[in-house]
Amino acid sequence: MRKAAAIAYAALLYGFIFLPVAMLILFSFQGSQVPVPPFNGPSLKWYQAILSDSRLTVALLNSIAVAILSSLVAVVLGFLAAWGFARFSLKWPGFWKAVITLPLTVSYLIIGMGLLIFFNGLGLPKSLFALGIAHVVINMPLCFAIILSQMTANQANIERAARDLGARDWQVLVLITAPMLWPALFASFFLAVTFSWDEFIMAFLLTRFDTTLPVEIWNLLKGGLSPRTNAVGALVFAVSVILAIVFELVAFRKRNT
Amino acid sequence: MRNANTAGWLAAAPALAFTLVFFILPFAGMVLLSLTAKDADGWTLANYQQFFSNRSYWLGLKNSLEITAIVTLVSIVLAYPFAWILAHVVPERWQRLALLLAILPFWTSYVVRSYSWLLVLAEKGVINDLIQGLGLADAPIQMANTRFATITGFVHFFVMLLTLTIYANLKQLSPNYAKAAADLGASPFRTFWHVILPLTLPGIMVGAFLTFVLAIGDYITPQILGGNNELVLPQVIMMQIGRRGDFPLSSALAIILMLVITLAYVACARWLKLERV
Repeated sequence: MRKAAAIAYAALLYGFIFLPVAMLILFSFQGSQVPVPPFNGPSLKWYQAILSDSRLTVALLNSIAVAILSSLVAVVLGFLAAWGFARFSLKWPGFWKAVITLPLTVSYLIIGMGLLIFFNGLGLPKSLFALGIAHVVINMPLCFAIILSQMTANQANIERAARDLGARDWQVLVLITAPMLWPALFASFFLAVTFSWDEFIMAFLLTRFDTTLPVEIWNLLKGGLSPRTNAVGALVFAVSVILAIVFELVAFRKRNT
Repeated sequence: MRNANTAGWLAAAPALAFTLVFFILPFAGMVLLSLTAKDADGWTLANYQQFFSNRSYWLGLKNSLEITAIVTLVSIVLAYPFAWILAHVVPERWQRLALLLAILPFWTSYVVRSYSWLLVLAEKGVINDLIQGLGLADAPIQMANTRFATITGFVHFFVMLLTLTIYANLKQLSPNYAKAAADLGASPFRTFWHVILPLTLPGIMVGAFLTFVLAIGDYITPQILGGNNELVLPQVIMMQIGRRGDFPLSSALAIILMLVITLAYVACARWLKLERV
């Protein structure tokens, strides 16, 4: 009896969680112009329409470029700083670590506004580059925190051994530390890519004509409900799920070995 | 030794410089700007005074706080039993898969997720179709562009988040606590209320804090699902930027928003071990 109630409750919540996604996907195959019942598909015409829409494909490429480049910068900066604080006794480490992780506690909207005003003041126009900087601001603290948490004393001993054998600082960093920390580096890079890929409000504030996919989807929404938007959404969902599964597999495998 | 420390500073310098230039400076600029007026010279508190005297700004904060409070509560109430079932009823070997499934839509684009609720709640959407099909109502019920829609969209997202944090907390608990309480004669309900619930408070609080911060600072869900009938503070801020280009006023509003979040952080600080992050 209790077990039946538990199963019913879980089924209800799974239903709640998947209802909108299911509608999104189902009506992306809608045959007519509106993505509401009755369903009269399946038809692939909306997928055809979006894949031949150059604005969407350009936005997609912009999103990928911004996500990968900003995440690379975020991981490298975060990794270097984490190494600096983990391996050296720098003055006031608590204070400096707090400074680096401070952006984690501020809403994207506020960080984005600050940068918009800042770039305005410097006379820099809205651009994907400005957006890339914003994404490094939000992701670098995260990469720093993840990587720092994975730096152990044992690794420090191995680094010391490498130094004793004549390796220079940069050789230790590139040939010893980075390979040892690969799971943390991968995890933080992956998370940064995910956040950048999905980030809307900063992209909305800091880019204009050349923009990213979330903003382009937002522009589509102004036209009201459309199976076109469903098709874009379903594709984005598919990509995200594949990324999540890849991450799960890689992270899981690492834990086993 | 001094040589070694130089290398450490060199490694940390780029990150520190980047944070200084692209986070602290812009933020300081925003604070200064909030103390100026759009059409006048000199320093002034006028923007902050406006917030307290102009009803529409006040209402924005009030709506934000109300919606966020409801969302946080409803999400906890829905997520806790779900996390419990995942942790204790689902067989061990299926738990990972069950959890992965439960948070799968978490990975959808945020904008798309809000839009997909619009499909469900629209005048001709699935729910209205079902209600009318069953003959429960003659006319479609307005659900899109209401506070109800905003809350539904938020709850959907944050149930997944809270399920995750509460599940993690439940799994860390040793089953011996429940056994000990039962041995001492506590009923299942008392065991839960006096032992398990207090022990899972950290998981609840971490999730609730994240929910509060993310929901109160969010513009997308209220804008897509709530529409323009009842504005929340981020919508008010975006309107000042977009339509009026009033950066000083929007800066002041953003700083007020940040103060509210900081207050929430201070209130929850003892449960949030941020140093562990």
